[in-house]
Amino acid sequence: MRVAVITFPGSNCDYDGYQAFKLLEGFEPEFRWHRDRTLGSVDAVFLPGGFSYGDYLRPGAIAHLSPVMEAVKAFASGGGPVLGVCNGFQVLCESGLLPGALLRNETLRFRSHDVHLRVETTRSPFTSAYARNQVLRIPIAHGDGNYTASPEELAELEGDDRIPFRYCTSDGQLSPEANPNGSAHHIAGILNAHRNVLGMMPHPERAVEDVLGSTDGLGLFESLRAHLSGASLAGASIS
Amino acid sequence: MKRYHLEVHVKPRPGLLDPQGKAVAHALTDLGYAGVADVRVGKILEVDVEASSEADAQARGEEMCRKLLANPVTEDFRVTVVGVLEEA
Repeated sequence: MRVAVITFPGSNCDYDGYQAFKLLEGFEPEFRWHRDRTLGSVDAVFLPGGFSYGDYLRPGAIAHLSPVMEAVKAFASGGGPVLGVCNGFQVLCESGLLPGALLRNETLRFRSHDVHLRVETTRSPFTSAYARNQVLRIPIAHGDGNYTASPEELAELEGDDRIPFRYCTSDGQLSPEANPNGSAHHIAGILNAHRNVLGMMPHPERAVEDVLGSTDGLGLFESLRAHLSGASLAGASIS
Repeated sequence: MKRYHLEVHVKPRPGLLDPQGKAVAHALTDLGYAGVADVRVGKILEVDVEASSEADAQARGEEMCRKLLANPVTEDFRVTVVGVLEEA
C-alpha cells in the first residue's frame, strides 16, 4: 500500500508522517513535492502539518493552489483516502475538499500539548479500528485550529455523522476547558460527504510509539490499512 | 492596457469571532480608552494589475478575492480602484 506524503515548503511533519506509515507493516510511504503534477500510483495521501508557505495570507491558502493539489483533488474525487493533519487540515479546508475554515485559536495562544479526543464514529476508513466513545490521548501543536463553519454546514456534519473526533476531558466529557482552541461543536476533525477525506488538528502520527508518550494514534493507521487491504475488522484488536 | 492600482480590504465577516480584534479592544481599554465597544482586525492588500478598463480591473480584483485573497467562509472583501499608474 503506497502512501504519498506531500511536502510543501514549510511542512514540518512530513517526516513524522512518513515514519508513522513506515512503522506499520504493509505501508510504503513516498514523498511527493508540492510542484509534482501527478501522484503516481498510490493508495492514500497524507497532507502533513507545518507552516506551508509560512502561513502567508492564511494557513493553507497558498498551498492549496500548488500543482500537487490538483492531483490530490482528483485522487480524492475518485474516492481515494486523503488524511490531512494540522496544516494539512487547513489546506483541505482552503481547497474546498472539506467545508468550513480554521480560525486563530480563541485564546490567541499557540497550543502545544496532549489533548483527549472522543471517537464519535467508527464509520470511516480512518476510525474503524477504534470503538465509539473511546477516548484517545494525542498531541496538538497549532495556533489556528478554531474550526468554524456556517450553521447549515455544522448541522450537516452532525446529521451525517461526519465528526469523528471531538475534544473532551480524560473521561470523555465535552467541556469548554477541554476545547483547546474554541472550535465549534468541540470539533477536532471532520470527514467529507463521501467519508474518504479526513482533516484533523491533532497529530495521530506523533502518537504511534511508546517513546512518544502515546500509541493512541496507531488505530487510525490500522484503520486505513484495513480499509486499503479490504480486510475484515472482525476481531481486530487495538494495540 | 493600463496599470491600475487596487486596494483590497479583507475583514472578518460580521458575527464571526475575531480573537485578534477582541485582544486589541482589551488592550485599548487597558490604555484608558473608555467605551471601546468592538475592534475587528482585517488586512489591506495593494495590488497593481494591468487591465483594459477600470471595470475590468475591478472585476479582476474581485475574482482574485474569490479565488485566493479572501476566504469566503470567514472573510468579506471590498475592492477599490484607487488609481491608474501608467500606460503598461
